This record gives sequence, C-alpha cells and structure tokens, in this order.
Amino acid sequence: MPHSQEDVRAMLSSVGAASLDELFADVPEQVRLDRPLDLPAGLSEAELAAEMTSLAACNVPGSELVSFLGAGVYDHYVPAVIDALVSRSEFMTAYTPYQPERSQGVLQSIFEYQTAICELTGLDVSNASLYDGGTAVAESAFLASAKTRRTGIVVSTGVHPEYRQVLHTESYGCAPQGCGGNVIEVPCDGGLTSVDALRDAVDDQTAAVIVQTPSFFGGLEHMDQAAAVAHDAGALFVAVCDPLSLGVLQPPAAYGADVAVGDGQPLGQPMSFGGPHLGFMAVRGDLVRMMPGRLVGETVDAEGQCGYVLTFQTREQHIRREKATSNICSNQALNALAALVYLGWLGKQGLPDLALLCARKADYLRERLLALPGVEPYTVGAVFREFAIRLPLPAAEVVRALEPQGFLAGLDAGRFYEGLDDVLLIAVTERRTKAQMDAFVAALARHLDAGGGAA
Amino acid sequence: MADESYPADLKYYKEHDWVRVDGDEATFGITWYAQDALGEIVYVDLPEEGSVTGGDTYGELESVKAVSDVYAPVGGEIVAVNEKLADEPELINSDPYGDGWLIRVRLSDPADVEALMDADAYAAFLAEA
Amino acid sequence: MSERQTIFDLSRPGRRASAAPACDVPARDIDDLIPSDRQRREPARLPEVAEIDLVRHYTHLSTLNYGVDTGPYPLGSCTMKYNPRINERACSLEGFRGLHPYQSEEHVQGALLLMKRLENWLAEIAGLRAATLQPAAGAHGELTGLLLMRAYHDAQGRSPGTVIIPDSAHGTNPASVVLAGYKVLAIQSDERGGVDIGALRAMVDDDIAGLMLTNPNTLGLFDPNIVEIARLVHEAGGLLYYDGANANAVLGRSRPGDMGFDIVHFNAHKTFSTPHGGGGPGAGPVAVRDILEPFLPIPVIVGEAGDAEAGLGDSGAVPADSGAGDPAEAGRLRFDWDRPQSIGRMRTFYGNFGVLVRAYAYIRGLGAEGLKRVSDMAVLNANYLLEGMREFFDVPYDRRCMHEFVVSGEPLREHGVKTLDVAKRLLDYGVHPPTIYFPLIVPEALMVEPTETESRESLDRIIEIMRTVVEEARTQPELLLEAPHSTPVRRLDEVRAVRKPVLRARVEPEGSG
Repeated sequence: MPHSQEDVRAMLSSVGAASLDELFADVPEQVRLDRPLDLPAGLSEAELAAEMTSLAACNVPGSELVSFLGAGVYDHYVPAVIDALVSRSEFMTAYTPYQPERSQGVLQSIFEYQTAICELTGLDVSNASLYDGGTAVAESAFLASAKTRRTGIVVSTGVHPEYRQVLHTESYGCAPQGCGGNVIEVPCDGGLTSVDALRDAVDDQTAAVIVQTPSFFGGLEHMDQAAAVAHDAGALFVAVCDPLSLGVLQPPAAYGADVAVGDGQPLGQPMSFGGPHLGFMAVRGDLVRMMPGRLVGETVDAEGQCGYVLTFQTREQHIRREKATSNICSNQALNALAALVYLGWLGKQGLPDLALLCARKADYLRERLLALPGVEPYTVGAVFREFAIRLPLPAAEVVRALEPQGFLAGLDAGRFYEGLDDVLLIAVTERRTKAQMDAFVAALARHLDAGGGAA
Repeated sequence: MADESYPADLKYYKEHDWVRVDGDEATFGITWYAQDALGEIVYVDLPEEGSVTGGDTYGELESVKAVSDVYAPVGGEIVAVNEKLADEPELINSDPYGDGWLIRVRLSDPADVEALMDADAYAAFLAEA
Repeated sequence: MSERQTIFDLSRPGRRASAAPACDVPARDIDDLIPSDRQRREPARLPEVAEIDLVRHYTHLSTLNYGVDTGPYPLGSCTMKYNPRINERACSLEGFRGLHPYQSEEHVQGALLLMKRLENWLAEIAGLRAATLQPAAGAHGELTGLLLMRAYHDAQGRSPGTVIIPDSAHGTNPASVVLAGYKVLAIQSDERGGVDIGALRAMVDDDIAGLMLTNPNTLGLFDPNIVEIARLVHEAGGLLYYDGANANAVLGRSRPGDMGFDIVHFNAHKTFSTPHGGGGPGAGPVAVRDILEPFLPIPVIVGEAGDAEAGLGDSGAVPADSGAGDPAEAGRLRFDWDRPQSIGRMRTFYGNFGVLVRAYAYIRGLGAEGLKRVSDMAVLNANYLLEGMREFFDVPYDRRCMHEFVVSGEPLREHGVKTLDVAKRLLDYGVHPPTIYFPLIVPEALMVEPTETESRESLDRIIEIMRTVVEEARTQPELLLEAPHSTPVRRLDEVRAVRKPVLRARVEPEGSG
C-alpha cells in the first residue's frame, strides 16, 4: 500500500473525516471487532520467502520421484515456454474481458483455445473452459437435463470416482427441479463398462449417458456402442476423455458423442496438488445455447477490423440471473492459455507422437509387470498410458513399501472401489525411462518375493 | 430501425405487446417501445405449438445484453408462428407491427380483447411510465 | 475484414516447436497397441509452429491486454488490487507445484499444514468456526454454501423452499440459489440502499431457507440494520449467507460471523490478491458456523499435533532453521474422509491449491495489522475518489461509502452520451473503466472500486481523466460516442457476434496449407 502518513492525513481531510475509524461509522457498534484479528504477525518479504520455502520443503514433490501415479493427474513434462508466456502480467493480472477493446489478448487466446478443443474432440463448439473435470461432468449432466427435459443420469463407474462424487453432490440441490437429480451408476468391471448394463439402466427419463475413455482403469471403452444405447433412449451421450489420449484415440465426435468433457491437466499444467487445472467442454452445434460458461466469438469493429468478444452472454448469470444455464461466471483463463500454448508446442505431429510414446511405455511396463509371478491383469484389453493390475498383496501395502525407495507405485484402487484392495492403478508418462521402469519392476519383484512386509 | 409509432388499429397490453384481431384469430407482437428498450434483437425463442394463457409468458426475445419474456395479452390456441424470425430476428426491430409479428392464435374468447388498451390509452400509459 | 492472425494462421506444414523424447522401449506399431476401431484416423489440426512463433504470437497478444500491472483498474466488486510477486514465486516452488494429489500424507505435510492454517485464518477473519478450501471460484463457493444450507435444513427435518436476495445482488446469487434447488425471492432496497426491513419482516416465514447478502452491498454501502436482518432471518429458522465479494471493505474491522452470518464465501482472487488471470483461476473458500461444520465437503484436514499447532496465534511460523524438511516438525495432519453428514465433494482433489498458496502468502505477509490496513486504505481510497467524482456524476445513495461506490451517468444523457460511452472513452486515457450498468437498480451506473493499492496520485489522475471525459461529453460528445480511438481495436459489433456466430478459428484443411 503506497500511502504515507501524510497521504492518509490529507485524504481524510479531503473526505471530511477526522479519523479512519470515522469512515466505518455505518458499522454498528455491536458488530465492530474491538480487538486485532487472531492471526500471526506480518512478515517482511524475506521472512515470508523463508517460510514458504520451508513449508514447501515439508513436502516431497512427486515430480521429483519415479512416479507411476496418475488417476486423473499426470506427471507430464511442462515446457518452459508455458511459464514464460503465462506469467506475462498483462495476461496474469487482467480480469474477465468485460471491455473487449482492451482485452483482445485474452479474448483471442480463448478463441484459439476453443478452436484447439474443437479440433481435438471433433465437436462444433467449445466453451472458454470450466473449473475442472469433475465440475465439467456435473455441468454436462445439467446441460443434458435442460436439453432433454429429463432428470435421469446414467454414469459408468469407470468415470473418475471424484468426478462422480462431484456429480452426486452438485446435483443434490437440483433434485426437486429435476436437473440431473437422479444418478444411476453402471459397473465397469475390468475397466470396461458393460454395454448391456447401460442398456438396462436407461429409460425414457434418461437425460444423459456418461462414459469415460480411457476409463479410470485405463480401458479403451466401446464408445460407439455406449453412444447408441444413449441415442436409442433419446438421451445425450457424454464422453469424458483425456485430451492427450486424443492424439491416438478416436475423437468423441467420431463415435457420436453429443458432449465431450474432461480435465485439461495433461495439457501443460503442473500437478499442483490437484489444482488449478481446467475442465473442458465441447458440444454439438445445436447445444450452444445450453452451454455453461464463457464463449468467445469473432466479430468486427467499427472500422471493419477483426476482433473478439464474449458472446451468447444471455445464457449467463449476470443477465439471466435465476434462469441462467449455470452459475459459473469465470473460466480458468490462464490455465486455458497454458493448455493452448502446450498444444501449439506439441503441434499437429507432436501430439500423436507423444501419445504414442506414452502408449509404448505403458505397454512395456505392463508386459514386464504381468510377467511377475502372482501379478495378474485387471484392465481388460488395450490401454493408453494407464492400466490396472492385480497384486497378490494389498495395493496400499505395496505403495507404502516402495515409497522409501523413491517410487510412487500408483494408486490403490481400493481407495475408491470396494473389493479392489489388491488392484494397483499405474500410469506411465513420457518422463519415465526404461531404466526407471526396470528398476521399479525389480523393486516390486523383490517385495513380492519377500512375501510383503519388509521392503 | 423503424420510427416510433403505435397504430390505431391495434390493441395493446401493459407488457408492451400488441394484438391485431381478425375475426376469432389474433396476431401478437411487441410494440415499438419494447423493441427499442431491448435493442437489436438477436434471438427469438417461441413455442412451436400449443396454447397460451392471457397474462402468461410464452417466449423469450434476446438482445446482446438482455433477455425479455414475451406475454400473451389474451389466451388462445397457437395457429402460426413467425418462422422467419429464426433467421432474421432483426425484423422485430425493423418492422415491429408487420414482418416482425411473433405468433398467431385462435382466441379462446374474442371478448377478452376488449380489456386491452387502444392506441391512445397505451400512449398515455407510456407517458406515465 | 483485415488481417488478424491466429496461431492457426501461422501454421506451416512440418514445422514444430518440440521433439518427443527418444523411445527407449520397443517401438511397437500403433496397430499392436490401440485396436483399429478406436484409433484416431486423422490428426487434430493443431498449429504447426516453431517455439519462436509461439513466443512472439502470445507476447504480441499480451500487449493487446490490460492488467493491474498496466494501470488503474477500478472495476467495482472485482477488487483489482496489485498482486505481490512473492506470491507467484511461492506457488512455483517445486514442493508445491510438483505434488500429486494422491501422494501419501507423509509426503504432503507442508501442503496440509498450509491449508489447515489458511482454513483457520479464514475462519478467524470471517468470525466463524471452520472453513473448506475446495470451491474453485466465488460462484462455486456460493453453490457450496447453499448446499450446506440445504443439508443443514434437511438434517433438521425441514424443507424450506426459498432464499431471499436483494435486488442489488450479483447475478451469480440467484443462479446459485436455483442450482441449489431453491426459489429466489427478491427483496427491494430501501431509500438508503440497504435491505428494506419492513419488506423483509413481511417476507420471512417458515419457507425461508436463508438470505444471501453482500455487506457492504453492491452499492458499496454497509447495511446498518444487519443485526435486525439477522435476527429476523434466524427467528424464521433461516440461515444468513455472506457473499464475500466485498469483504475487502471490512477486514479486521467487522466480521461477518459477528454480524450474524452463518456461511461466508471469500474470493481469494479479490480479497486475498491472487491474480485474476484474465478470468481465472480463482478460489472461493467457504467458512461456516459450528452448526454447519459436519456438512463440509470431504475430505477435511484433521490432525493431532496439527490441531494445536494450527491454532496458531503468533506461533505460526514453521521452525525455519531446524530441519523444516522433516515432516515430523510440521505435526501430523491427515485427510478425514469419514464424515457421514458431509454434502460430498464440490470439485476434484482439494481445490485450486496453487491459488491457495498465494492467498496464504498474502495473509501471512500482512498479518492482522496489515489486513486491517488493507480495508482502511481501500475505504479511504474509495471515499477520496467519490469525493472527486461527485462533481461530475449523480450520487444516488449519497452516504459515506465503504470500499466502492456507485454513481450514475444520467446527467450526461442530455448530451446523448451513455455510461457505456464514458467507459469506452476512459480506455483511450489508459484507465480500465469501472463496472458499468450494475447494480441494476441504478440507471447508467458506474460502480467504482479503486482498491487500497492505488496511490493518491493515481486517484488524482483518475479524477482528472473523469473531469476531462465529462467535459468532452458536453463539448464533443462524438469523441465519446465513437470511442475508443486508441485501443488495438475500435468498438466491436457484439450483435454480429451473436447473429453470425464464429466460435472457432479458420483452420486450413489437410494438405492445402
């Protein structure tokens, strides 16, 4: 705060107040705080820097270990160019582009981001981004309910467990109004959703069928069959997908998805303990008026030059208030910019190259692990960069045992799924080398040989 | 954009809608005042069929920064919807009493129309507002 | 249409910014890895550019933008204060940004301690018992708070159906209320800009789930009847929700909990100075009274040593010089997932952690005294600016304001000039315009929030620019009507953007590039 004592004195005098206290005269006596807040005393920048450093040092960043943890957040390399561009303060310290003439930077970057998401998914319209994958799934359910005027949501348990939790929680309030209040879960044994079970679950009140590919267990779902089930029931089909996987996997539009959503973390976002990342959402063209969140469009200025503006704003809360398509009034603009720069950095050839490299590494590790005695496949069929295996020991114990050796072995599926305590979910990014994978296999083999217990 | 006018052969409703009666049918639209207040109209959301109830909303008009409900001045069964508006919503601005009409209904009770304002009464109503 | 190049226009076949790491495992063919019916046939048409193309393109775009670092940004209710750079450095420490959310609790003790302390601090600032850091933004915090309200009533076996909101409220309020399954009941403002107590008295009954209020409200006015408002709502069995968008006015001066509020959301990107990022990421943590604590989203951070340690007072600093790398020093904190009454989960993982690190650093740096000074200076600046601007504009609710104020451009209408034109002209003078046409209850509104980080000279400059613009409105209104003149683009045709929507860039088809 730039004010000197003299500034304060002069400014008080110009507003006709004798003291700072007088400025708060409207605050009734009984609700004034008559003591200092009970907070630690302030710090100089140097002291603060030391405290932040020591707090950070109380953590062991997974990015510096040999990590096979994925489950929605992946240890991909984040190129230097992202930090350099995203930290440009004209981007970082701006707000929502309410004044388009002086916000063309963020508006154009969102427009380009929308384009990139449309290219990835094959769908017609992308919004400017949402909070994360979980809220994007919940918003897709609200959208489908609004479009179909139905309330039922059929979701595969192969959709990330936390996304489903968000769906359940956020739709809790809506039940009486019927926006996605009624959620039915369909099993995903072996990492592949049963299409028959989907068919049994849908009815004439189903607004959306939501399936994730690769599934939480890494399985490559038969999305075309799931889409047919949804469409036969008059419901929308929502594909939850990993944007990086779209380098090698079919785009959602190709199998008939009406809506594609997911978490953009794999696109150049640091793991950052789970946030901030971004959620993405792309839809078929005729759903644009039901789209939640911001949308940027191209137009012209008074002299006929090309420019960008927020558009279709009447969908939004600041105009439509209680009739808005969503209450969201922001996006994750800086994260969307990072994702856009990342996609440009990879480029048209780089994305499939990287996706294929991840798939090759995952395949290598999977084969090596499945060669170990007592290790069985859990995920059925082909995978992209993540797969699950069954262990002869509880997965949580294996994770704990390998941690001191510098390995994050993966996620204990029992954390989210009953009866899967022996299932370990393993992700392999381009950052894992063959040597690291071999060492990991050896360490796991030693632990299994020893029958668990001591590592 | 059209010039301000309130034709004498129409009936008016307090939510700034007009009615043109033709036997037991009537055409609805919004007045010059309403389209001027809303600004350039960019989207029209009207029902495809069904009935409307006097005093209730039956559709929405959008400008860039506003959404406005449209009210049925009197009740009836929808017999036609102005389909041109889907592609040319600006007709409501350029010709609010002609090509910018919204829907046509078969009146439930033609006598309902008598409760509406005539052009002079509507002009007085606007002056008061 | 003149040339404005997108990154897709810069694309040239075969150009790339990066090479994939070498493949050190068997390079199996894609057909052996991915079944052909699930393979992508055509690559996504992403731009093919070099790194320098990326850097020049986005550096250029950044120059078309305007941020707090560019100049004054008195955007009402958005609290566009300066963002200290140390906070950016803090959140980019690998010990924070490199954490995976599913690492073991042993590995993330520093993060848990940071979050636990921040929860405690926010609860103290709010005057309430506990907090959740999960919501990703203010509107998301609203929905969280309203779902907590709903869970509370459910647990009481009640199912009231409506939430009262003043007509001056942010648009997110009614939208969130509907998402939470309630009906909106709007209440008008009285002639002083506060909640009309008479109307409220007539409105409260046992169908009232609660009342959402911003205090100070969107007019920048503190509601002097707040205690009576709280009493009326509580007597009817309802809860009071505090929209913290305007919390920058009252830090250390008055606490929402002491005013009678039961649920508070803060906007970390407003009050606690985390960068707005062009629209996000933000964070919308929610603090609640003890009766609502059982319903907070999972997971909740708990811990034995942690509880005592995280209670803080002045002893909050991690022992910086005594092996702080040893997690044992930080106490043992853990996630508690077993909360049977919890509403569940509002977003994945633990919220926008990177944003929370910045908010922590901001509060920690300022301390109690510093935070109070933030509000004192924010209120002083707003009153000083109001004093300077009242000469040119109508002041519809002419009282001393808090951290922001609302004036009306109605007097300029006689020159054919609207508030929008004033805003556009301000852009020519290098000032970001205030929020315009909000709140809805003031015609031709300009909502002005200078924040505490503008100096007296900067405020004087804003006043001088306002004087000039208003003078121009009288003498050369066309200057305003055609403004802005000096921005990267002139006034944009928003009607065309809806009538002829173009929502994605042209991308050259395969082979024609």
